[in-house]
Amino acid sequence: MKTIEEINKKIKEGKVVVVTAEEILDIVKEKGAKKTAQLVDVVTTATFGPMCSSGIYFNIGYTKPRIKLGGGKVTLNKVPCYPGFAAADLVLGASSLPEEDPRNQVYPGEFRYGGGHVIQELVEGKDLILEATAYGTDCYPRKYLKTYINIKDLNEAVLFNLRNCYQNYNVAVNTSSRVIYTYMGILKPNLGNANYATCGKLSPLFNDPYYKTIGIGTKIFLAGTTGFIAWWGTQHNPSVERTEKGIPKFPAATLALIGNLKEMSSKWLVGTSLYGYGVSLSVGIGIPIPILDEEILSYVCIEEKDIISPVVDYSSSYPQGKEDILGFTSYAELKSGRIKIGNKEIPTGCLSSIKKAREIANILKNWIKEGRFFLSKPVASIPSADSGYSFKPLKERKVEND
Amino acid sequence: MIKRRVVLHFPKELVDKPIVYRLVKDFDLEFNILKAEVSPKEEGVLVLEIKGNDEEFLKGIEYLKNTGVKVQPLSQDVSMDRSRCVDCGVCIPLCPTQALVRNKVSWEVEFIKERCIACGICVSGCPYKAMSIKF
Repeated sequence: MKTIEEINKKIKEGKVVVVTAEEILDIVKEKGAKKTAQLVDVVTTATFGPMCSSGIYFNIGYTKPRIKLGGGKVTLNKVPCYPGFAAADLVLGASSLPEEDPRNQVYPGEFRYGGGHVIQELVEGKDLILEATAYGTDCYPRKYLKTYINIKDLNEAVLFNLRNCYQNYNVAVNTSSRVIYTYMGILKPNLGNANYATCGKLSPLFNDPYYKTIGIGTKIFLAGTTGFIAWWGTQHNPSVERTEKGIPKFPAATLALIGNLKEMSSKWLVGTSLYGYGVSLSVGIGIPIPILDEEILSYVCIEEKDIISPVVDYSSSYPQGKEDILGFTSYAELKSGRIKIGNKEIPTGCLSSIKKAREIANILKNWIKEGRFFLSKPVASIPSADSGYSFKPLKERKVEND
Repeated sequence: MIKRRVVLHFPKELVDKPIVYRLVKDFDLEFNILKAEVSPKEEGVLVLEIKGNDEEFLKGIEYLKNTGVKVQPLSQDVSMDRSRCVDCGVCIPLCPTQALVRNKVSWEVEFIKERCIACGICVSGCPYKAMSIKF
């Protein structure tokens, strides 16, 4: 048994033992669970991939004369921002698109530039064009503003992700006879490919399946700086069926994250264009797991073969909102490059970057070893498997007299 | 014996002329059409794999050039920008000729130019615009 305080003391003294979620497997095989739980203090996990529910908020400061952006219209490099907060606060989501983008009118759309790309360029320190129209009031008389803005001049610039770090995700296939363009990539007809989206063994929530150490307030690596878990993510669904080892068999928990955009790096925040689907932002995240006891150790010793995901047809079941699946496949199979569905061998593609996730897990490991990152105890738990918390589809109700 | 992949650009005035068949007739070259396209500007692009005697191959290419067709080796046309690639590998199953492969140790995505037939699906399929094609 160890406490977070004891681990932090070891970090301070330079005596902490940190390994990645991949490296722990060999150590536990060699030394056994009991010794390893005593020896290893922290295991680092990580992920990098498109996370569409990412966004930023920022404050541009007051103009002379003053302008009230709330209720007006605002774009950043022609990409619409949400101006529904007071006078100078703006929100920009990763999926926002310029009004003039043809979208899928010329099918499949290319989606070359949108919210995700604007966020990347802002982080890179580029000057961006802010254009705003407002209605004017006695205290905020100005009605039009066009100016360059730069991240270094903003009062606050914060990354806030409503939902990411998915604990498990669908494997997407296409059983139809035509190519389809999805957020899971281009899917070739007749089961031509199978695309998966998490980093498997390295992915944070597979290594703490009941959220015993990860909770609200947990300090993390977020896009090159330290960030925090702000809340559980939207569509959090911890009550799904699980394997014997506690791994959810379907998409389950999600996290909402927050961090200072000004300290982040565009190496870990990359605008993405999903052909025929839209724009997104790829985000790099690392989460440390304190090895408090043998039980926590047993969770981080999960292997690729223990992680199974549902294979979902994105040509019919997914778009129609049906829950049927074509079966399950393991990450051991997915990462081998081919999976089998029925009698057919299908090549696999991955949306996340396991190479980048490895890099993040190692950076976080070094931060902790060098005494630059201390662990935090969650201030509250996120709803777990026994909470009864679940994700509901929308109940549509007919609107009368419309 | 030589086997090469080439990109042929046909200017507007040559698009409706029979040219390529003479590679077989006059130079005894075998060819396989990998891609054929006529652009809205009425210029044609043809990607061929040509096989045959070394000397005849060079003569055949010379003949094409003399007719006004621009000839380019294929490998110059598709390129991977390593600074943009994040090594996710979503392109790997899209490639019909296994020109994009996973290094199972480093988990990097590798582009084997010699296998590429310049179909361009990786260009659309890459979320990071790391692949580009130029004819």
